[in-house]
Amino acid sequence: MSSNGQSHHHILPLSVYINVGLALLVLTVLTVVVAQMELGVFNTILAMVIAITKASLVALFFMHLKYDNKLYLIVFLAAIAFLGLFIILSMADTETRGDIYEFRGRPINEDAVIYNRPGVAGIDTLAGEVADTVTAATDTSAANQSESDTAGGQ
Amino acid sequence: MATSHTETHHPNWLQHHFSSPFQQGESSKLGMWLFLLTEVLFFGGLFCAYAVFNAWYPETFINAHKSLSWPLGATNTIVLIASSVTMALAIRSMQLGSKKGTLILLWSTMALAAVFLVIKYFEYSHKFHLGQLPGEYYTYEGIAGTNPHIFFSVYFMMTGLHGIHVIAGMIVIGWMIYRTSQDHFSSDYYTPIEMTGLYWHLVDLVWIFLFPMFYLIG
Amino acid sequence: MSNAAATAAVPSYLQEPKGIKSWLLTVDHKRIGIMYLAAIMFFFFVGGALAVILRTELFRPEQILMDADTYNQFFTLHGAIMIFLFIIPSIPAALGNFILPLMLGAKDVAFPRLNLASWYVYVFGAIFCVASIVLGAVDTGWTFYTPYSTTTSTSVISMTLGVFILGFSSIFTGLNFIVTIHKLRMPGMTWFKMPLMVWGLYATAIIQVLATPVLAITLVLLIMERVLGVGIFDPAMGGDPVLYQHFFWFYSHPAVYIMILPGMGIISEVIACFSHRKIFGYKPIAYSSLGIAFVSFMVWGHHMFTSGQSEIAAMIFSFLTFFVGIPSGIKVFNWVTTMYKGSISLETPMVYAVMFLFLFMIGGFTGIMLGALALDVHLHDTYFVVAHFHYVMMGGTVMAFLAGIHYWWPKMFGRLYSERWAKVTALVIFVGFNMTFFSQFILGAQGMPRRYYSYLDQYQPLHGFSSVGAWVLGIGFVIMAVYLTASFFNGRKAGPNPWGALTYEWETLTPPPQHNFLKDVVLTHGPYDYDKVTVVGDFYDKSPTDKQHMAGKV
Repeated sequence: MSSNGQSHHHILPLSVYINVGLALLVLTVLTVVVAQMELGVFNTILAMVIAITKASLVALFFMHLKYDNKLYLIVFLAAIAFLGLFIILSMADTETRGDIYEFRGRPINEDAVIYNRPGVAGIDTLAGEVADTVTAATDTSAANQSESDTAGGQ
Repeated sequence: MATSHTETHHPNWLQHHFSSPFQQGESSKLGMWLFLLTEVLFFGGLFCAYAVFNAWYPETFINAHKSLSWPLGATNTIVLIASSVTMALAIRSMQLGSKKGTLILLWSTMALAAVFLVIKYFEYSHKFHLGQLPGEYYTYEGIAGTNPHIFFSVYFMMTGLHGIHVIAGMIVIGWMIYRTSQDHFSSDYYTPIEMTGLYWHLVDLVWIFLFPMFYLIG
Repeated sequence: MSNAAATAAVPSYLQEPKGIKSWLLTVDHKRIGIMYLAAIMFFFFVGGALAVILRTELFRPEQILMDADTYNQFFTLHGAIMIFLFIIPSIPAALGNFILPLMLGAKDVAFPRLNLASWYVYVFGAIFCVASIVLGAVDTGWTFYTPYSTTTSTSVISMTLGVFILGFSSIFTGLNFIVTIHKLRMPGMTWFKMPLMVWGLYATAIIQVLATPVLAITLVLLIMERVLGVGIFDPAMGGDPVLYQHFFWFYSHPAVYIMILPGMGIISEVIACFSHRKIFGYKPIAYSSLGIAFVSFMVWGHHMFTSGQSEIAAMIFSFLTFFVGIPSGIKVFNWVTTMYKGSISLETPMVYAVMFLFLFMIGGFTGIMLGALALDVHLHDTYFVVAHFHYVMMGGTVMAFLAGIHYWWPKMFGRLYSERWAKVTALVIFVGFNMTFFSQFILGAQGMPRRYYSYLDQYQPLHGFSSVGAWVLGIGFVIMAVYLTASFFNGRKAGPNPWGALTYEWETLTPPPQHNFLKDVVLTHGPYDYDKVTVVGDFYDKSPTDKQHMAGKV
């Protein structure tokens, strides 16, 4: 190890930064172009593949992961892996709610209460309306009915 | 880490509990990467919310995303990518010992970040004007599908949180500009600029995902 | 070994530098650890007092001390204070801060200023939490479940903001520890020559940095829900309250292991030291810490079996939950095997370690029961759950914490405590604890729901018994406060290595000087080389017991 603190640092040639910058630019244009076409589910897949490619370029070159201690790469990948775990296991619930008992299939209201009242009110008013529907059961409007159904189903 | 003790060179920026500049630099970097990890998971909650609601209301998300302007989003993407390039070059400049180059590049990064925020401001004010607001303040009526306000709740929280990070980044870059102008850095010691760069690239990374998620595929 | 004569010459970290300012602006990890210790002990006694008051109220089904609303606020406060202000920072931030750099032979943690910041952030967050008591005490329970937490009129925002801020304190500590362990180990200390306490703290720190940000964003969303009505967690707004629970438990389940893992580290140290035997299965214990940390991220759904989560997800989470038993079991077997044929001396830290083994086993096994989907549907939200997590958190973490306090107390303050009073107290706490919480297993199995203000008369005998246990427990902790305070002011002076342990915090002076070691340390023996190196602890020098001879048998 040298007493000169950071001489171990890799100084990349200017061309690397310029080329990566240009590649990112091209990929941005590409993703916009692809998004204008109707490809069904492939729109999503392509957009994500391009985004991941761009992100990898930034991480590997701009953030020097390609050249630095591999520990940092592990840290970064761990972040993404655990984020993936979080999303996948959460969706293992939200995407399978109706699979065994159909009545539990509706996760939430068809329509939120804000679409069924004049003007905008605060949360307290909302809670009041729901309570009215449940207790008095006099309000027969379809929206509020579905409200109390779901409250029971949850 | 079993680094040998160097007695020869003990610069003033080396803290007492480190035995070498190398050890100090590596520690800062690992610390920064761990911080970036927390940032990824901090945004992660919102990514999860996006994924869940997108899966529940696919039509709403497709219909709602059309009300966002992709040309503005694409412009902002390019602006941020450019700012990432200038940031990376600012570090390189300091590695080569050029104070002037570093200052110019840091100022460019700052300017590009400002452009990003200005564009974001116009987008936001347009949405506010139309009543495409998050949650219970949502009053717009032109989007078909279930609960379009959820799309805008997620949109505003994700881009808002990202915007806060851009502002924080600008503050840190400003601080780096000050420290560079005060000759705190040299080609031997530029760790703070390097850390700022890592942070700034992460802000860019998040936007690289936000752009297609909201503007292109909904 | 450091020369005892040098003790007088070099001022300890407690003596030098002087003045209140030198404490408040210190970047010395030892002082920050002590400041943390003071803060968490304060909140431990506040939370404990709340618990005793709650149990007193529950002595009979009718009102004794407070009305139902106050009761709801009290149990919320008890939970929030104990979880966020005591147990999460207890071992890592207080004991860990003090002991980690010493164990590594480092001069300080990697980022000393960040460490100090973490303490101030903690205090700042604590102020917000405490402010919520005045602003309208929260009555949601410590989990802040939506939609109740978004509609109740109490000051949820102040409390959640406080917890949000506390999260940063926890992240700072975790980040600091990971970097310290990676970069500041003394020459010669390879990964597998680290003390197991360090492995425990390492695994804890990984969870802290990975999970805490998700809690932060969850609480931000909760605050947004209240302020802006964004609707993500609100069923009336097309959102999903179960999603809130996913968010919350993605942090809060791993948080359970933030609590227990460093405790397990302490137990590894104490058992090896007082069994005078090389730890059995070093690598399995080290890896199982990481294993627990990893598995902890995949089991959170077992808190939500009855909440409206899909049955398929519930089955997956139930299945995954059982995997936690494997690394936990590995640890317990290795500890017991370490003790087997060791020359065990039952000083106070070891007494607490044995208590830990016993109580943690009960807590762990009932945890497996609750992880079983079908059984949980019956036992969910009953006192069985309350008893289970108190056996893990109090019987596990708090006992380990007490073991650690008694183990390192001489190193921290340079004085020994009354061994006799300490053992009596341990007995009182053990009896009080089991009276309080074992009865709750039975209550829960009989169907007594948790968090209820009143109950049917048939439950009164067990509730009464449990309440008496809580008083016994309370008395135990008061005695402990008294003898530790007495020790602090005029306990017998301790030497550098009272227990004859081999980890490196014992190689420096007692209490350590400002920069930990008088000269740079190099690893010369492993942390558990009790088969090769013999050190007779100076605790035994002054009060010889026949146990001390055991240490010299090799």
